[in-house]
Amino acid sequence: MAGEKSLVLLDFWVSPFGQRCRIALAEKGLEYEYSEQELLGTKSDLLLRSNPVHKKIPVLLHAGRPVNESLVILNYLDEAFPASPPLLPADPYARAQARFWAAYSDKVYEVGTRLWKLKGDAHGQAKKEMAEVLANLDGELGDKAFFSGDEFGFVDVALVPFAPWLPSYEKYGEFSVKEKWPRLDAWARRCGERESVAKSLHPPEKVDEFITLLKKHYGIE
Amino acid sequence: MSPPVKVIGAFGSPFSHRVEAALRLKGVPYELILEDLSTKSELLLKSNPVHKKVPVLLHGDRAVCESLVIVEYIDEAFDGPPLLPADPYDRAMTRFWVDFMENKCSMPFWLAHWTEGEVRGRFVKEAKENLALLEAQLKGKRFFGGDTAGYLDIAACALSPWLSVIEEVTGVTLVDDDEYPELCRWAKEYASDEALKQCIPDRDELVAYFNVNKERYKMFANAMAQQ
Repeated sequence: MAGEKSLVLLDFWVSPFGQRCRIALAEKGLEYEYSEQELLGTKSDLLLRSNPVHKKIPVLLHAGRPVNESLVILNYLDEAFPASPPLLPADPYARAQARFWAAYSDKVYEVGTRLWKLKGDAHGQAKKEMAEVLANLDGELGDKAFFSGDEFGFVDVALVPFAPWLPSYEKYGEFSVKEKWPRLDAWARRCGERESVAKSLHPPEKVDEFITLLKKHYGIE
Repeated sequence: MSPPVKVIGAFGSPFSHRVEAALRLKGVPYELILEDLSTKSELLLKSNPVHKKVPVLLHGDRAVCESLVIVEYIDEAFDGPPLLPADPYDRAMTRFWVDFMENKCSMPFWLAHWTEGEVRGRFVKEAKENLALLEAQLKGKRFFGGDTAGYLDIAACALSPWLSVIEEVTGVTLVDDDEYPELCRWAKEYASDEALKQCIPDRDELVAYFNVNKERYKMFANAMAQQ
């Protein structure tokens, strides 16, 4: 296909940041080669060469040139493939709103990680922050089908990969998304019905197993 | 005619400055509303209910929050010289380095100045590694954006006017001419740019502001360093 050349995604199976890219590529109908990377062991030469600054996935290689950082990749996909269905809306203000909330969605993972890693006061603080973050997201979603309205878009792509992590966060944080923020819960299910999402995400049980593995890796009880 | 533009900012904030810098580079007139952050106004709290922080851009009845989101909005909503390059890959590179500046550089850089002793050593090492990467990005260019200042220059503003003030107040100098000649040259270019210098706070006032807040910054820095 014209303009696609070769797209390669350096990724790690359970990474929600990688999944953002997988979902975006699928939504845009772009073919790519998926390359699973070793993260807990020795990182590949290709990864280290492509992302020397952070040494992290996801990395999108487009005709050999690397693009790093999941949200930078999402913006890039819209701009480099203008004929494909856009993730971002056209209006500058709507775009600003989308960028704000996509960046905000990172907090789910950041605070969630503190929930399973930390104990005592720090854990309590993380619980409080998680409630704030989810309340804000629920408030922004409101009664809409998706964050930007009727269409699945940028914010949904940015946030939905954290959905399979929520049951684990619920366990460590002692809360229920379905009880407190039913609209958000319904949104996650709605997104899960899309092929791009269903094919990219792993079930919560797998994510929980991975968290347990990470805890062992970090020596956390 | 475009609806009025207002910036809710705070004196001394490089984040506020980013928004003013973007508007000035684009040639967009605006009204500056300075907040007293110890008693936040109704307007600020209403306009930024999620973070309750400055800066906020008010464009007619629209409120845009988060300095980097605002800069991209300004680039897209107004005519004027572009703040980002045209080519998609170059745009991705610019955004990558802006993210690097914001999420990887800022904290170690800040902590390298405000912490002390052994604790500081760790942050100095990290800050220097980051600075070397930025230095490399500048090679042969007047600004990060090329001949004119752009998104990355604006994002890196804390390395220009603020840097010399922080160095004076803390007595710590990380960015010296020998090790970082490009960054030092860039800092001078930034501070003397016709558009940008109009929204750079007065140096003496900035020094006074940092001196007033010195102990508080040191306390927070030490607390952050513990985490």
